[in-house]
Amino acid sequence: MADFQTPQIREYPTIPALQPNSMAHLKPYIAAPAHQEALGFPGELVENWQQKAIEAMGDLLGKYRSLRVFLDSCVKCGSCTDKCHYFIGTADPKNMPVARQDLLRSVYRYYFTPAGKLGQKLGENSFIHKLIGARPMTEAVLDEWYSYFHQCSQCRRCSVFCPYGIDTAEISMAAREIMDRVGRGQKYCNEILGKVHKVGNNLGLPGPALEDTLAGLEEDIEMETGVKVRLPVDEEGCDILLITPSADFFAEPHMDGLIGYAKVFHEAGVSWTLSSYASEGANFSMFIGSYANLKKAAERIRKAAIDLKVKRIVVGECGHAWRVAYSFWNTAAGIGAGADPDDKYAQELQKQLDPRYPIPQHICEFTWDLIRQGKLKFDKSRNDHRVVTFHDSCNVARASRMGDKPGGQFEIPRSVIKSVVNNYVDMDPDTIHEKTFCCGGGGGLLTDDLMEIRVKGALPRMEALKSVVNQNKVTNLAAICAICKSQFTKVLPYYDMPMDMVVSVHQLVSDALILKGQEEDEPQTAAAE
Amino acid sequence: MTGFYAALFWIATLVLVGGLAYRIYEYAKTPAPLKIPTTPAPTTFVGVRLRMLREVLLFESLFKGNKWIWLFGWMFHVGLALVLLRHFRYFQEPVWGIIAFIQPFGMYAGFAMVGGLLGLWARRIVVERIRYISNPSDHLMLALLVGIGLTGLGMKFVSHTDIVSVKAFFLGLQRFDFSQPLPSHPLLYIHLGLVAMLMIVFPFSKLLHAPGVFFSPTRNQVDNPREKRHIAPWAAELERR
Repeated sequence: MADFQTPQIREYPTIPALQPNSMAHLKPYIAAPAHQEALGFPGELVENWQQKAIEAMGDLLGKYRSLRVFLDSCVKCGSCTDKCHYFIGTADPKNMPVARQDLLRSVYRYYFTPAGKLGQKLGENSFIHKLIGARPMTEAVLDEWYSYFHQCSQCRRCSVFCPYGIDTAEISMAAREIMDRVGRGQKYCNEILGKVHKVGNNLGLPGPALEDTLAGLEEDIEMETGVKVRLPVDEEGCDILLITPSADFFAEPHMDGLIGYAKVFHEAGVSWTLSSYASEGANFSMFIGSYANLKKAAERIRKAAIDLKVKRIVVGECGHAWRVAYSFWNTAAGIGAGADPDDKYAQELQKQLDPRYPIPQHICEFTWDLIRQGKLKFDKSRNDHRVVTFHDSCNVARASRMGDKPGGQFEIPRSVIKSVVNNYVDMDPDTIHEKTFCCGGGGGLLTDDLMEIRVKGALPRMEALKSVVNQNKVTNLAAICAICKSQFTKVLPYYDMPMDMVVSVHQLVSDALILKGQEEDEPQTAAAE
Repeated sequence: MTGFYAALFWIATLVLVGGLAYRIYEYAKTPAPLKIPTTPAPTTFVGVRLRMLREVLLFESLFKGNKWIWLFGWMFHVGLALVLLRHFRYFQEPVWGIIAFIQPFGMYAGFAMVGGLLGLWARRIVVERIRYISNPSDHLMLALLVGIGLTGLGMKFVSHTDIVSVKAFFLGLQRFDFSQPLPSHPLLYIHLGLVAMLMIVFPFSKLLHAPGVFFSPTRNQVDNPREKRHIAPWAAELERR
């Protein structure tokens, strides 16, 4: 099915020479009317879509300071031009962050700036428009948007290097929102989001199936360790509600991570539960820039927390889910702390939550706290067959935090890993921490119809990984994001690396953790797979 | 010509001040509905001020991004700042001590300014990626600034003009006294014409990055979304059902 060339791993990466429009052919499947309407968008491209698109842009300009400031402020200095993994992997200049923004900025300049409006008095494409790079909204522009705004994983790497902090993610979210509002949505994101609104998770996995899966996992753990570790669902009055990406219920290596969380909760002796109503950490509304849908999806979690009367909320391993949880839940659904006393909506939940803990709390924060308190017992040698490196997921690295210090999102997962494995190495410093490269599949691109851009966009991460595989004999790539894990599993073989080298961080924890009541010298069997 | 330049500078000043005030008002009134600081970000207000200071004075992010652009960009901006300060002497009587003090530095800053601009311009032409993202207006902006710099340096080092009269002209403008004659000097005419043009395009162009950087949510937000509920008025509206 691959009708494209996988990029060559380069020993000394250089900035590629431009290959204009080399990715113009790639477009994801368009959302069906049913997918669109479930999210409150028109089913098909509306008749007067140009006008609607311009109105939608005007609406967003009034609602989002980021959009307005970012569209005005770019000076085209070029600092971002070589920072995007999709540009590095495809050499298509429209995958340079500034050029991607310009696809929308050109339309903004045409309709919303004094120069653009003056130009309109002189004609459709007047010399003023050419001078400032402004263009009207046309079918060709819409096609270009649809193509290139679905070649951005909203990873924010460009925004790190921008002197004004311009974040292309904000622009691509706005572009997708505008396209949704005129009836040109993306199938992958919108169909999945519809399932969350209807069933409660991305997979469309109903409650009974979830219970079944969890019961199966409980059996697996008991068989492996001889200890009864529970994975409860819908149990009222527990301390902790766990919200995790639904991939954790379904695929490798995600499930091994879920087993890890369950074991950690078990050892901590806390009561916890999943919710069948809110069985999804992912919130793809962020990818399509839809505040209304983001709020709606987050409110399922709010409702589950209220209904189950929990005191704390812990979030499993997922990148954008952690961004949404950490940065947006408090705003969108009052899940957090520090609401004004007269903010009845947020207070309703917040007075129920335990203020001694961060809300929401990342599972790595939770585990790291226990490790520091000496409450978890590990046999690190059980992971001695591994040499592990860690991939900083973009949304965790550049759009959230863990712990109480800036940069905790880098230190805490590494501290957890180093507590459970003996052999750890980092990748090239220019590819980790805030400079981390996206896996290539984030931002709503984790779909087979975008495989070409996913494989090509993975290049910089694959190069950094290959280098530690060759030099440090790294065997495993640990990640704390469902999308990263799925993407790597799929993409690694293209770069001649085994797909099963991807592991969940809590899989490593799980493998090294000695449960109370478990024989210490019992030989370790079948941890992974 | 004196009348023409007097009118031009009044109009240019009004456009610059009015236009910028309007833009700043627009940025300030548009809410930032979500917490989107590029992390790691400061967790306190003081920390954010410091981050902003590093960004504005040292171009911290640009330094991370590209050393050449940083070098030329910083040279140009620092040069420009000193040159602007040096020019204060044309608008005040008596001249502040600090302005008198920086006069010699400001003189050479003119070279740094033009040098930085030429470096940026060379990259815009030579580097394929930056050539690709450039519009004609990006080149024109550089031409305008280089023109201002070169005519200014020309008057300082090649063909002097009567700066005492120039000062009288500008002091007069401030008091609505339009009778002070502007010296007839071609470099001065070009210099002042270009400066007025720059002032007029400022609020309608990418020069808005100057106020824009202070309003950039990825740089000016405190990283505390879990501790404090952040909500925009239009978003709060969705909760009142």
